[in-house]
Amino acid sequence: MDLPVWQVVRDELRPLGLEIVAVAMDTDGARAAGPWIDAAKPTYPQLLDPEHSLGALLGIINVPMGVWIDEEGVLVRPAEPCFAPRERGFGGMKLPEDAPQRMKDMLAEAAKLDVDTRIYAAALRDWARHGKQSRFALSPDEVVRRSAPRPIAVSQAAANFELGQHLHRTGRVEAARPFFRAAHRLQPENWTYKRQAWSMVDPLQGPTDYYDSDWLSDVRKIGAKNYYPKPDL
Amino acid sequence: MILDRLDPTVTEFAHGTGFELKPQGACKAEVCVPLPASARRSDGRVDVPAVAPAMGMALVADEAHGLWALGPVSGGHALSTAVVPELTLPDRDGNPFRIGALKGTKVFLCAWASW
Repeated sequence: MDLPVWQVVRDELRPLGLEIVAVAMDTDGARAAGPWIDAAKPTYPQLLDPEHSLGALLGIINVPMGVWIDEEGVLVRPAEPCFAPRERGFGGMKLPEDAPQRMKDMLAEAAKLDVDTRIYAAALRDWARHGKQSRFALSPDEVVRRSAPRPIAVSQAAANFELGQHLHRTGRVEAARPFFRAAHRLQPENWTYKRQAWSMVDPLQGPTDYYDSDWLSDVRKIGAKNYYPKPDL
Repeated sequence: MILDRLDPTVTEFAHGTGFELKPQGACKAEVCVPLPASARRSDGRVDVPAVAPAMGMALVADEAHGLWALGPVSGGHALSTAVVPELTLPDRDGNPFRIGALKGTKVFLCAWASW
């Protein structure tokens, strides 16, 4: 998790009037995200979005994705991948020899994802320093224009996912699954819907009897380079 | 928005969708969507089956449990305005945190997950 990496950036940019807010999109809320937060002990706000409301409100469809909000409460960048400035990307990670083969296959695929760990933090620093004058701060019209198109299928997917979430949270796990499946079918590019539902059954998000797809198969199907929307920075 | 009846009050509808019903339609920030006359019932409640198609909101039923879910507005982009919607989320200890409380500060909001 990138909470400690962002802490370093936050300490650097807080004196320039920038705050980082991390939001964990875990249906299980603090039970799932809490241990990561407690281990990192970040000093910036740590919020929970068990409802996945950031999807409907801001268009967040995978993690990590972020937005920038100016001093007046206006978005100056829409939802886009926000990779932390790590020294090494997924390609630099090593697994123990006896790690499950699926985990090794997933890491090999993750190494092919189009992840630039430098460009986003560099843009963020520029905005912190130059505010509206930063070339990365977009006009309100441009922010709206760059946000993802929202056909009715996306609204249908959100409604199905919300029903699934509601049923799952109230203990009706079996009843929730057809709604999660419908959300996956209606908006296949929404990875928060898929990763959330898959991980409820299998932490490695592998094939199960409950869902029509799994992380590795779906990433291979679309090509790892297409897993994240391209940030236009 | 989860519903257990298809005629919520105006307040419930605003809380669930962020849209306030005004004479000119359903409004959020500077954006207003015109609504048919049938949007409000005679008792003042919102007629969701009339409002949903006018706003491009999907209405999905779970008949087995007597529930419905109303999806977000569609037909345009994920954002209809760059003004950040009213957004309150719980922090790690369950205390509500209002993003709007950070006005006056530049905010980088980053979504992550344990999965």
